[in-house]
Amino acid sequence: MTLLSIDWFFIIEKVLLISVVLVLSLVVAMYSTWGERKVAAWIQDRLGPNRAGPMGLLQPLADGGKLFFKEEIIPTNSSRFLFILGPSIAMMVACMTSAVIPWGDSLVIAGRTISLQIADVNIGILFIFGVVSMGVYGIMIGGWASNNKFSLLASIRAASQIISYELPMGLALIALLMLTGSLSLKDIVEQQRHGLWNVVYQPLGFFIFLVCAFAECNRAPFDLPEAENELNGGYHLEYSSMKLGFFLFAEYINMFISSALISTMYFGGYAFPYMDKLGLDGNLLTILGFLALFIKTLGFIFFFMWVRWTVPRFRYDQLMRLGWKIMIPLALANMLITGALILARQH
Amino acid sequence: MQALTNRAKAVDRRPMSFAEKLYIPAIAKGMGITFKHLFQRKATVSFPEKKREFSPVFRGLHVLNRDEEGRERCTACGLCAVACPAEAITMEAAERKPGEENLYREEKYAAKYEINMLRCIFCGFCEEACPKDAVYMSETFAPANYQRKGFIYGKDDLLIPHPKENK
Repeated sequence: MTLLSIDWFFIIEKVLLISVVLVLSLVVAMYSTWGERKVAAWIQDRLGPNRAGPMGLLQPLADGGKLFFKEEIIPTNSSRFLFILGPSIAMMVACMTSAVIPWGDSLVIAGRTISLQIADVNIGILFIFGVVSMGVYGIMIGGWASNNKFSLLASIRAASQIISYELPMGLALIALLMLTGSLSLKDIVEQQRHGLWNVVYQPLGFFIFLVCAFAECNRAPFDLPEAENELNGGYHLEYSSMKLGFFLFAEYINMFISSALISTMYFGGYAFPYMDKLGLDGNLLTILGFLALFIKTLGFIFFFMWVRWTVPRFRYDQLMRLGWKIMIPLALANMLITGALILARQH
Repeated sequence: MQALTNRAKAVDRRPMSFAEKLYIPAIAKGMGITFKHLFQRKATVSFPEKKREFSPVFRGLHVLNRDEEGRERCTACGLCAVACPAEAITMEAAERKPGEENLYREEKYAAKYEINMLRCIFCGFCEEACPKDAVYMSETFAPANYQRKGFIYGKDDLLIPHPKENK
């Protein structure tokens, strides 16, 4: 009976870890909305939300509560099932990516070594790319099922933008993978722990990845699919209540995950300088490492917001030109140069 | 055409140089500017808790003044209504009866005195026109209201409290 030999502790441990990571990404995404408004306000010399709770800290709860109590409208001629499926896919996909990110090294509790990574799959990066590109379906299905030509147009714009920018993103990553020789995110972090951070070897690749991450998250300056001050909504034009909330929320989760991913792949993940010279014991070091990753991630989230409130939006043709005529050739050149250098070093 | 000022600047129509086409230096400069603004003094205040001071010459809601014994100063001469460019002030005069000397300062007084705050432009001409120092403009402004009639301020809204009775 193989059934009896299930390691129940392993399952409990993973379920716990999954819940913690899920709750963490939801809370971070929730407070990103608060952070976004605060950063926007500060950059524009305003005070920002400060009514709900101290410093407006309860604002996201109030916003969420409001969205829950809003009237739920499903357009008469929409396909009901797909209409509900759209935001569900967007939300689910956004939450799934966090599974392969190593949030820390391993903890030792009561003799058990618990890795702070939900699944150390050896194709981690491929998994992320597969899951992230599924997010387009949420947008496409949502826009299509609304039975509104404007939603459909916006979702087509969103989809073509995401697909266009996935290419240079992938090409930038290939250069990184040639360097690391592994698709597992854990390996990538461990390599950076003992060497230099990847951003030192791949500055151009990092830059391309960063720009593409902005485009993938539909963030400014590439937020054409839902340009708030120009369009009346976007692919979520017909959505109301928490289904709209899911679309908006998924965007913030995506932002959190891409920030975590950028820090993991290019900025050492949970590794921080002089980590192994501190002489600390395992568990404490793991917690410090987790904090390091968390701070790096928050830093990138701030960077996302900072860019949003600085750079004006691109025109759609400019967006496409940047993607196809600049980003892809740059990424290809970066890949070729990286390959040539690696070859040159081997001989 | 001759320029009105000597600050006119010709538009630079040269094609962009490579460095400009990169956009990165320009974006970095812009990000520097926005980062500086993160720490700058905020232009807004948390309004109901913190109020900005008005300037000393601020012209707010009108008040009808009383003299030191609490008698109304207004004699309903109508000079304020004549001076008012927005025609916001209306009044009705009445004669003081014997025994009302403690209420009104002079023989004639305003039985009705109304200012329509929706018409009023707060120019302060009424204050200047008043020969009896009866109309003054205070440092508050008209609060919001749900109805138009709520903006027509009568005597009971405008008169300042009695200096002796309300002590």
